Amino acid sequence: MSKQGNHRNNINPNVMNRFRYSQETAIEKPFNWKQLVRLLQYLKPYSKNLLPKSIIVVLINTVIRLAIPLIIGYLILEKAIYNKDADLLVQLIVLVGALYLIAYIANYYRIRWTHQLGQNVIYDIRKHLFTHVQGLSNNFFDNRSAGSILVRIMNDTGSLQDLFTSGIINLLMDMIMLVGIIVILFSLSPMLTIAVMIILPLMFFITTKLRRNIRRSWQDVLIVQSKLNSHLNESLQGIRVTQSFTQERENMAFFDGINTDTLERFRYAIKKNSMFRPLVELTNAIGTIVLIWFGVKLIQSGDIGIGIFVSFAFYLGMFWEPISRLGQLYNQLLMAMASSERIFEYLDERPIVAEIKNPVELKNVEGHIQFKDVNFSYDNKRTALKGINLEIKPGQTIALVGHTGSGKTTIANLISRFYDVTSGTVLIDGHDVRDVSLKSLRSSISIVLQETFIFSGTIMENIRFGRPDATDDEVIAAAKAIGADSFIEKLPHGYETEVEERGNILSVGERQLISFARALLADPKILILDEATASIDTESEVKIQNALRKLLKGRTSIIIAHRLSTIRDSDCIYVLDHGKIIEQGNHDELMEQRGEYYKLTTAQFKMLDVV
Amino acid sequence: MDTFKKLKEFYWTHKRYFFISIVFLIITTSITLIYPIVLQKTIDEVIIAGSYNLIPYLVIFYFLLMVIKGVTTYIQQYNGDMFGIIAMYKLRKRLYEKLQYLPFRYYDNAKTGDIMSRLTADVQGFRHFLSFGFTEAIRFVLFVGISMIVMFSYSVKLTIVTLLALPFLIVVVKKFDKLVHPAFREVRRSFGRLNTKVQENVSGIKTVKSLSKEEFEINRFHDFNLDFRDKNIFNSNIWAKYFPLMEFIGNVCIVLLLSYGGYLVINNELNPGELVAFYSLTGYIIMPIMNLGFIINMFSQAKASGERLVEILEEPNEIKEHNNPIKDVEIQGEVTFNNVTLKYRGDDKAALENISFHVPKGSVVGLIGATGSGKTSVTQLITRFYDVTEGEVIIDGRNVKEYDLYTLRSQIGFVLQEPFLFSSTIKANIAYGNPDASMEEIIDAAKRADAHDFIMELPDGYDTLLGERGMGLSGGQRQRISIARAICMNPKILILDDATSAVDMETEFSIQKAMQEVMKDRTTFIIAHRISSIKHADQIFVFDEGEIVERGIHEELIHNGGPYERIYNIQYKDQIKILQQAVNK
Repeated sequence: MSKQGNHRNNINPNVMNRFRYSQETAIEKPFNWKQLVRLLQYLKPYSKNLLPKSIIVVLINTVIRLAIPLIIGYLILEKAIYNKDADLLVQLIVLVGALYLIAYIANYYRIRWTHQLGQNVIYDIRKHLFTHVQGLSNNFFDNRSAGSILVRIMNDTGSLQDLFTSGIINLLMDMIMLVGIIVILFSLSPMLTIAVMIILPLMFFITTKLRRNIRRSWQDVLIVQSKLNSHLNESLQGIRVTQSFTQERENMAFFDGINTDTLERFRYAIKKNSMFRPLVELTNAIGTIVLIWFGVKLIQSGDIGIGIFVSFAFYLGMFWEPISRLGQLYNQLLMAMASSERIFEYLDERPIVAEIKNPVELKNVEGHIQFKDVNFSYDNKRTALKGINLEIKPGQTIALVGHTGSGKTTIANLISRFYDVTSGTVLIDGHDVRDVSLKSLRSSISIVLQETFIFSGTIMENIRFGRPDATDDEVIAAAKAIGADSFIEKLPHGYETEVEERGNILSVGERQLISFARALLADPKILILDEATASIDTESEVKIQNALRKLLKGRTSIIIAHRLSTIRDSDCIYVLDHGKIIEQGNHDELMEQRGEYYKLTTAQFKMLDVV
Repeated sequence: MDTFKKLKEFYWTHKRYFFISIVFLIITTSITLIYPIVLQKTIDEVIIAGSYNLIPYLVIFYFLLMVIKGVTTYIQQYNGDMFGIIAMYKLRKRLYEKLQYLPFRYYDNAKTGDIMSRLTADVQGFRHFLSFGFTEAIRFVLFVGISMIVMFSYSVKLTIVTLLALPFLIVVVKKFDKLVHPAFREVRRSFGRLNTKVQENVSGIKTVKSLSKEEFEINRFHDFNLDFRDKNIFNSNIWAKYFPLMEFIGNVCIVLLLSYGGYLVINNELNPGELVAFYSLTGYIIMPIMNLGFIINMFSQAKASGERLVEILEEPNEIKEHNNPIKDVEIQGEVTFNNVTLKYRGDDKAALENISFHVPKGSVVGLIGATGSGKTSVTQLITRFYDVTEGEVIIDGRNVKEYDLYTLRSQIGFVLQEPFLFSSTIKANIAYGNPDASMEEIIDAAKRADAHDFIMELPDGYDTLLGERGMGLSGGQRQRISIARAICMNPKILILDDATSAVDMETEFSIQKAMQEVMKDRTTFIIAHRISSIKHADQIFVFDEGEIVERGIHEELIHNGGPYERIYNIQYKDQIKILQQAVNK
């Protein structure tokens, strides 16, 4: 074990709450009929086939399980064996054997079909949710971390799996089982049944009260464990910071705190949990005692035979299972309530831009963009754009300049219709963007962002993302045109090199070249570069400048940038300030005006100490 | 078994729980097996023999037994569970400690996801075996063994006939086991792929939307979603095939028992009660055998998990503390490299090749060069995140290897390339390296990193929560907080590794101004791509392919026709041209 840093003995007590992790939202929710009904809608597609088939085999299975103890206990033991009727014994054994065989076949199909049903339903829910989320607008993703979205699509849907594979079907089975046992017992001996039933309240108490207690204590464990896992994950990701700031000991103290807390909550939960089985068995024992005491009396008085006595013993043992499973199902339902609430919350989320009924399909886009008196605000409070008028002719390149928050990116967002204008119109080739189909609009526009996302896969696949049906040759041609070819060729497996989201095979500049190649391959009529060349080292920048020229050719382009070099050649430069266009014109004109643009440019020189 | 031996200290130190659990398990099992005997006695000796006066004794005896069993079950379960859970606690503690100190080199090759799965799933897998596996295995032996003994003692012939089908059961269990685990692994794998797909999609959603590839993504998702469903169905079909079959074989035992047992009773060779007892005992043999697969699987999983844990625990730490390290000295900040060569992996190309330089205390050094040219490597040798392959790194006249690591690192403020912030308040993040810092010190550090103003604009100011569900900050804001974090440590050596790449020019300029004062009395290393960030440095090193190809001060370097001048020209030519135009008009 490492002893590094051990000479420091005083650890600041503040470190015990140095990290804050959000408590997971409630693991269970109160029962909600509406939600359950909505959830059950997912069974509909299977209501003609899988669902009834499953129910039938479950019914067959349940009936056999109910009948067996009666046949064995009452008929075989008493009527045949005890009364020494060998012929009857043979007949009954053949019957039992046949029933077992049927049960075997029914069981086979029960497992097959119920799982098929459950898996299909989960598949459908997940598909629905994922497809829905893909269609949501940017603001949805702005407000949520990737992790929290992932949890809903994967874990929340996954936690419904048990409910749909076994839960709902078992509910049916257990209900029939319980009623069946009671009916059979009553028909055998009402007196003895009533006597034995005194254990029911006990069982009920254990399944509800104690179970709830146990459930809560396990939830406490889960909550602290999720906190522990969050911290583990974070401490691994931030390990370099920790070591460089020598906080290993402090973090260990923090971790020890949660780890000990986990241990204690575990201990508490186990204490509760360990009570469950003994109490269940004791309850059963009480039942058995009543059976022996009272049952033997009834035998003595000749009210019942020995077979009924044995049957009772068998059924008593079967009582517990359905009751316990119903309790479990109730737990499942409460958890499903929480999960489905989270799923429905996403499904009820609407994209903030919606298509009109018969949208225009943009065809052969020329790339003519117009803003007419556009006003826009993100939240109805702060105005992001005020009275914007601009026109970009097909093939022109324009640049947007201004401080952070002046509205540059907002203009780009309105062209792609990630948001709708508050008033005014945005026109593409003369069509209001609200009248055209989102797909035809957005597929004619490509946006290159400051941060390039690399998907895990080969370089080839990553470039092809721009146009999935492109051939290998087309991909390579695009990479060559951009000048990405030279570095790709140097990679261990060239275009087939596997890359990853966080992998450090590619430098920032190389990633950017890939995103340019993607955009070129997509061959859009309209191109938006949003700070696409920031944070790149000088060598890569030279390459990118050349790539850019190739990319911009023959397209309507909108460039948002800090660096003057990238925007100087634009046909028109718009200077934005607090959502308004305060200056426009080409570089030379604006320099001559000696206005805001001139000030911005010269201010940059001063910082660079060129003067 | 080797794995269990290696991990012994994590569970054998509290073996008390284990032994208590075993002792009480034996008692519990014995009592369970008495139940069929009680049933048999009730039928044969009370009902059939008519000695009803025995009933009260029988009942009281039975009840007492059950109460005892309740207590012993409780003790057994609690102790068995705790045996595993305490081991889990100890394992986690040690693993965490170990991971805190593993060197950068380890993390260069390790994936967070992989380590996480070891810390969670593998620790759990190991604990499950300790908590349940051990006791289940013993329970298995007890149940099958004692049941057989009791059955044989009642009737040898009937026992043999009843258990005729048993070999088939064992064959089926074995076959099932062989099929179900690979199938289950496939399910896990498929889940992993689906999970990765969704995660990637959500993380890269902006790229997806900017190229409007939603439909393409949905189609790709479908393939994974479908695969996951089909793998699950495949798995449950194996269950469907084998589980009912096992149950059926068990039922065949019952049929055999009833036929032959019934025949024996009819011929008065067996008491009816004994037949009923047999019926229960057969269940006690069949159930454990059906579960045998799970026990074996639990064991093999625990072994595999244990191995993966041992891997972390035995990972060598190459950054070794000196035997008699220099402690509690104040570092002055004089840094010297003597012929330093660094290779990250044995046969790799050298990341640094024969680097030598001297930096007087309190001076500023600028490092420039293409990505991967060795700038970062130099600074990481100063803090001993890596050790040199050849040569030596000297601080204040002593080799860095002689310093106590804490003494060394706590006096070097490192702003890493990626500004990682923790899930905590902004305040705690800035005070991360100096938990004792006062609010004034924190604010002062923030001001110097030009972070104070934007922090004050946040709803909760310095108490704003970052991370998971906290406020999202822009790259530039994160960088400024991480600069403040380094300043707050009040270090003697300050290293800024491309620390302002994501801030805009104006902000960088104001950080630079504020930093002037901070850099006084400290040795500062600045790694940057922009000439403007390093032009005032006392020395500038230009790196290329692991070597310093040029060194000097800005004014010298821009006129010597070397690589620095080239970079300078690329960055400045536009500006000069524009400026000239502006001035000429």
